[in-house]
Amino acid sequence: MSANRPLSPHLQVYRLPLTGLISITHRITGVLLSIGLLLFAYVLYAMAGGEGTYQAMQTFMSFWLAQWVYWGFIYALFFHLCHGIRHLLWDVGKTFERATLTGYALLELACSAILTLLTFFLS
Amino acid sequence: MVEFTLPQNSVVKKGKTFKAVGATKIRKFEVYRWDPETNENPRIDSFEIDMEHCGPMVLDAILKIKNEIDTTLTFRRSCREGVCGSCAMNINGKNTLACTKAIADYKGTVKIFPLPHMAVVKDLVADMSHFFEQYASIKPWLTNDATPPGEGERLQSREERAKLDGLYECVLCACCSTSCPSYWWNSDKYLGPAILLQAYRWLADSRDTDDQARLDDLNESFKLYRCHTIMNCTDTCPKGLNPAKAIAEIKKMLVQRGHT
Repeated sequence: MSANRPLSPHLQVYRLPLTGLISITHRITGVLLSIGLLLFAYVLYAMAGGEGTYQAMQTFMSFWLAQWVYWGFIYALFFHLCHGIRHLLWDVGKTFERATLTGYALLELACSAILTLLTFFLS
Repeated sequence: MVEFTLPQNSVVKKGKTFKAVGATKIRKFEVYRWDPETNENPRIDSFEIDMEHCGPMVLDAILKIKNEIDTTLTFRRSCREGVCGSCAMNINGKNTLACTKAIADYKGTVKIFPLPHMAVVKDLVADMSHFFEQYASIKPWLTNDATPPGEGERLQSREERAKLDGLYECVLCACCSTSCPSYWWNSDKYLGPAILLQAYRWLADSRDTDDQARLDDLNESFKLYRCHTIMNCTDTCPKGLNPAKAIAEIKKMLVQRGHT
């Protein structure tokens, strides 16, 4: 009888708190950043290849979709960094207080947005 | 193993609707149902409750359904005051104890499911045997081979006793463990937040002398280190405890031991 016992709903019903959403986003951005390194390698390759490849890369990178990917990459990088720092704090046993969990999560999101904007205006 | 969808036999269908005729103050409750004596898939039954004649807690509504509307509704409950841990369930997307959760804390329909990612025995009753086997595996009892001094009691200072606050209150309701995606995918090997908090409860006890063996047993990639600080456990604990912090303390003990 126990063989046909159903599995109770999990992801289908669970309402992830902000910390949970940030945790899965940290993983996803980690994977995306690894893939994004291919783009980074392409840019380096184009710069090393001389004027011809550099021009082609410039044209490609100024395309609106490439710009979105580029700035998405930078935001993902800062977000991954911020949550990485949070993990280091957790590793030494800090910032676990229940009441502050959402606050710290919002702080991470705000910091990564501010760092991205700073990069945008300073570059 | 990671699986995002439910197996075929677990997909939830729409069930029956029970109207509250003539009631003025109505709240709607959607409840997960599964009957092991049929070959049907689980379903969601919808119950309208007359709040003029119902207690304030979610458990009161569930009891009213069983007493007055559908006597086949199956669930666990005992103390009705948050100390037995029996009525743990998923209510509106979060695990909690139905007895200590007020209906007024929710707006609109109240959706009730069994604890997530567990084998369902019937309706809201999940199979807890594996969870309690894991609990037994951490040897949840005092180990001290020395003869107790003087009057036969092993005394603690106030400071030593204070280290157990936030740990001894755990009622093993499994709300935290079944909120944890790591536990969903790896519960065969990962102990999960509730059991790890209990493990830390004995590590933190000044009277227990078995620390090294306890740490040896936990120092393994799955049992302890499947915790990725997702924090669902601490977010959901109906007793206000902090399993994630307890797990971090175990990890710290292992690091510190490695340096001495």
